[in-house]
Amino acid sequence: MNKIVGKEYFSDRVVKFEVEAPLIARSRQAGHFVIVRVGKKGERVPYTIASADPQKGTITLVIQRVGKSSEKLCQLEVGDYITDLVGPLGKATHIEKFGTVVCAGGGVGVAPMLPIIEAMKQAGNRVISVLGARSKDLIILEDQVRSHSDEVIIMTDDGSYGEKGLITQGVEKVILREKVDLCVTIGPAIMMKFVSELTRKYEVPTIASLNTIMVDGTGMCGACRVTVGGKTRFVCIDGPEFDAHQVDFDEMLMRLKAYN
Amino acid sequence: MSEHLKAERAQEWREILRKSMKNKDRTAIPRVKMPEVDPEVRSHTYDEVNLGLTEAMAVNESHRCLDCVDPTCITGCPVEINIPKFIKNIERGEILEAARTLKETSALPAVCGRVCPQERQCESQCFYTLKLKKEPVAIGHLERFAADYERMSGHLSVPATAPSNGIKIAVVGSGPAGLAFAGDMVKYGYDVTVFEALHELGGVLRYGIPEFRLPNEIVDVEIDGLRKMGVKFETNCIIGKTISQDDLKAEGYRAIFVGSGAGLPNFMNIPGENLNGIMSCNEYLTRVNLMQAADPESDTPVHMGKKVAVIGGGNTAMDAVRTARRLGAERAMIIYRRSEEEMPARIEEIKHAKEEGIEFYTLHNPLRYEGDEQGRVRRMELQRMELGEPDQSGRRRPIPIEGDTVWMEVDEVIVSVGVSPNPLIPQSFNGLEVTKWGTIVVNQETMQTADEMIYAGGDIVRGGATVILAMGDGRRAAKAMHQHLQQINS
Repeated sequence: MNKIVGKEYFSDRVVKFEVEAPLIARSRQAGHFVIVRVGKKGERVPYTIASADPQKGTITLVIQRVGKSSEKLCQLEVGDYITDLVGPLGKATHIEKFGTVVCAGGGVGVAPMLPIIEAMKQAGNRVISVLGARSKDLIILEDQVRSHSDEVIIMTDDGSYGEKGLITQGVEKVILREKVDLCVTIGPAIMMKFVSELTRKYEVPTIASLNTIMVDGTGMCGACRVTVGGKTRFVCIDGPEFDAHQVDFDEMLMRLKAYN
Repeated sequence: MSEHLKAERAQEWREILRKSMKNKDRTAIPRVKMPEVDPEVRSHTYDEVNLGLTEAMAVNESHRCLDCVDPTCITGCPVEINIPKFIKNIERGEILEAARTLKETSALPAVCGRVCPQERQCESQCFYTLKLKKEPVAIGHLERFAADYERMSGHLSVPATAPSNGIKIAVVGSGPAGLAFAGDMVKYGYDVTVFEALHELGGVLRYGIPEFRLPNEIVDVEIDGLRKMGVKFETNCIIGKTISQDDLKAEGYRAIFVGSGAGLPNFMNIPGENLNGIMSCNEYLTRVNLMQAADPESDTPVHMGKKVAVIGGGNTAMDAVRTARRLGAERAMIIYRRSEEEMPARIEEIKHAKEEGIEFYTLHNPLRYEGDEQGRVRRMELQRMELGEPDQSGRRRPIPIEGDTVWMEVDEVIVSVGVSPNPLIPQSFNGLEVTKWGTIVVNQETMQTADEMIYAGGDIVRGGATVILAMGDGRRAAKAMHQHLQQINS
């Protein structure tokens, strides 16, 4: 049981939770995720950790209401308890000084991108963050991203904020303008697919953080399997981050619909 | 036979019982038959298949046991239960005493009485099997009877424990290896904490073995017994992730037992295997058993296929195919590349499966899967096989019959072709020696790893075995660790 100590609405559909989890707050690194279960009949769902405060003993999760389980979680209030929370899981992001790193975060994917932006900046990289969303109210954590980035480009589908266009257009603008050593992308699978196709064209090494269906999250079930470079890999223990150019995104998109 | 067993056997009550009936009359009694729920009824419910012996049946069966001078049955038991003593207690009507006898050496008697392959262990070493060439004493059924009797009586005994020595011991994983280890260590007086990654305790007993073979309630009661003995449990805690090896040391844990299990399912890596509707047996059974996905109120979904193929011939494959039948499969099929003779599943499981209408396609092996436009599996191509010369395992090697393939329509496929050790511990611990298969190397006698303060047992060492072998490992590790810690402290 983990107590919710903070709740903030980024938008109607996107909620930020601060949850007591002292052990996870202490041991987690950028890129790690947790498995959350709400209620005795609840399912186990993975969420990437957005940030942590080891002193306070809390972690931050940013949840988008998309289905039954995220809906249940978003209904919890400060003072309520999350039935089960386990982690940190997965492999941490590989951080080093690459040079110029483009961080392309779509929608709620900006939340798990934030610790990577911070860590990349701290490692001495020039960090250019490209945030994409359908409209202005879905752009989240802009101030925090700005404080750790050398430059921020905002793209909205409807042009209600930043520039009008897709996130790929923002990324392409940077690639055409200067040498990019690494691209990191987190967001909806379809977005990561198109970012990956773009950066492949320009031969920019790219890492994608995949969010597949999981049950246990510890390698036990294989529900999260994806094809990477022609081989089956488990997102929970081999990932969640992979060389985006090797990921079979079409298969992943198909597998995400397994229970629809 | 040990002096202890000899002394037990020499007790007056045992002598009187032995003289009370001629061996000729004992051996003339036919072996008891386990009452079962009718196959047609049970293939639609999740109730336990085996009903258990009545007291009259159990007492009658107990008369068959000859209380041998040399009880070879005990050598067949990985946890060395004093089998004649518990059976003779049943014979004299002291059923609670029989249950206490089981608990002297087994942390989970009600579990073992249900899922142990007794026909390959104690019962294979019974005097009836070895010398009389008759059906062995139904040791497993009697074990279950005594454990169930105690539970139902409401008089659950708590085994005696030595006074606490205050030494903290960590156990990684709450499956059969970890529970057996914890049970023995707490008896020796240690302060034992079991860490479990999942939200429920029991490991494979919980997520793997279905309720119709091992009801969750039985697992709860056995774990509760350990709790009463003083074992502490922490769920949702992954050693090596949530808490590191160094954290455990810093918190004062003197030694660690790793029983993290074989939590990594194998796939065949054939075309189409990642289509929707194809999953590992671990995923399928975890959804149904741990997450209760068949319950309409559960948020966890599960495919309920009408034409379900399970690939493999082990006990887990039988559990999966029989589960699929219960979830409404019209065709529930076992696809196995060798013949029935080579199947690793228990004979009882194969028998139960057949009674429930499971179809067996032996000497068939999947080659590829095809899906529909939505990416759901629709059919699979099977290679017909024949048996060749024996391979390294001693079983006849399956060889493809060139050009002889057949297509089969399926809407769900469960891949049950073995598991590999869970890599979390080998990856996150220092000082362990790990094989190329990912199993942890131990001294076979003591279960000690390359780090003298870390012991390991169960599937993380064996790569995929049985509940009782895991429990045997846990017991041996406890004994050896206890000796080691005593030596260090003296």
